[in-house]
Amino acid sequence: MKVAVIQFPGSNCDLDTVHVLRDILNVETNLVWYKYFDESNYDAAIIPGGFSYGDHLRSGVIAAHTQCMQQVREMADEGKAVLGICNGFQILVEAELLPGALMQNSCLTFVCKWVTFRAETQRTAFTNLIPKGELLHMPIAHHEGRYVNDKRELKALYENDQIVFRYVDEKGEPTQEANPNGSVDNIAGICNLEGNVVGLMPHPERASEKILSPYSGDDGLLIFGSMLRFLRTGGKLTCQSLVEHR
Amino acid sequence: MPTYLVEVVIENKPAARDPEGETIGRDLINKGGYDMVTRVRTGKYLRLEVKADSDKQAEDIVFKMCNELRIYNPVVHTCTIQVRGTEK
Repeated sequence: MKVAVIQFPGSNCDLDTVHVLRDILNVETNLVWYKYFDESNYDAAIIPGGFSYGDHLRSGVIAAHTQCMQQVREMADEGKAVLGICNGFQILVEAELLPGALMQNSCLTFVCKWVTFRAETQRTAFTNLIPKGELLHMPIAHHEGRYVNDKRELKALYENDQIVFRYVDEKGEPTQEANPNGSVDNIAGICNLEGNVVGLMPHPERASEKILSPYSGDDGLLIFGSMLRFLRTGGKLTCQSLVEHR
Repeated sequence: MPTYLVEVVIENKPAARDPEGETIGRDLINKGGYDMVTRVRTGKYLRLEVKADSDKQAEDIVFKMCNELRIYNPVVHTCTIQVRGTEK
C-alpha cells in the first residue's frame, strides 16, 4: 500500500500531508515531483494545498493541464483513491475530474480560520469512517473556495450523492454565517460519481494532531483513515460495490 | 506570415456572482459620486499575438486554444474573442 503526495511548483501543504501519513499513520508515502509521477507505482494520490503555478490565470488550471494530471485521471478511471485538498481540489475541478468551479470568496479576502463542516455521505474513499451527519473541525486557508455550479448540475450532484461536505454551525445547520466563502449550498467538498475522487477546501493534514487543534481534535485522521480502509479492503471493488448497492 | 493581435476577455456568467465587481461598483464608483454607473462586472483580459494567414484563422486558433486549454471555465465563465488587426 503506497501513497503519493504530488508536489507541483507552488504546492506548500505537501510536507504536512506526508508527515501525517508517514509519522502518524505509518503509511508508505512518497513525496513526488509532478514530472516524475508514475501512477502505476501507487494505490492512492493526494494533491496537496498551496498555490500551484502562482494561481496564474485561475487557481489550479495550469497544473490541471500537466502530463501528471493525465496520470491522475488514469488512476481515477482505474478506481484508485484520489484526494485534492484546497488547491488540490481546485486542480481536480480544473482537470474536470470533479464538476463545477471554485471562485473567489464572496468576502473578497483570503480566509484562514477553523471551520465546522458536516459529512454528507459515507460512501466515498475518504469518508467511509465518518457517519453521515458527523460534524468535523478543520482549518481552511484560501482565496478561491466559493464552490459554484449551475442548478442542473447541482441537482445531479444531490441525486448522485456527490456532495461530501457542507459548512455548518455548531448545531449542524448550514447557515449563511457558517459559510466562510459564499459556496452554493455551503458546499465544502464533493466527489465524483464513483466516490473514489474527493476534493475539499478544509485541510485535514492540519487537523490530524490534537495539539494543533483548538477543539483538541484530530478529525483529519478520519479522512486519511478512511482512505487506508478503502485501500485495505481492495479499493475499487469496495467503492464499486457501494455504487452498485445504491 | 502576419501577426494578429487577439483579445480574449473572460467574464463571469450572469448567474455566477461577481463580488469584486459588486464591491468596486458599490464602494468605489457609487460612493465616489458616479451614481449613473449601475453595474460593474470584472473579468480577465488576455492580449495575444498570433501568427496566422488571416484574421479568421487567428480567431479560429484562439477559439480552439481557449476551449482545449480551459482558458475559461465554461461552467461559470463566458469568453469573448476579438481580433484587433495586425501587429506592426
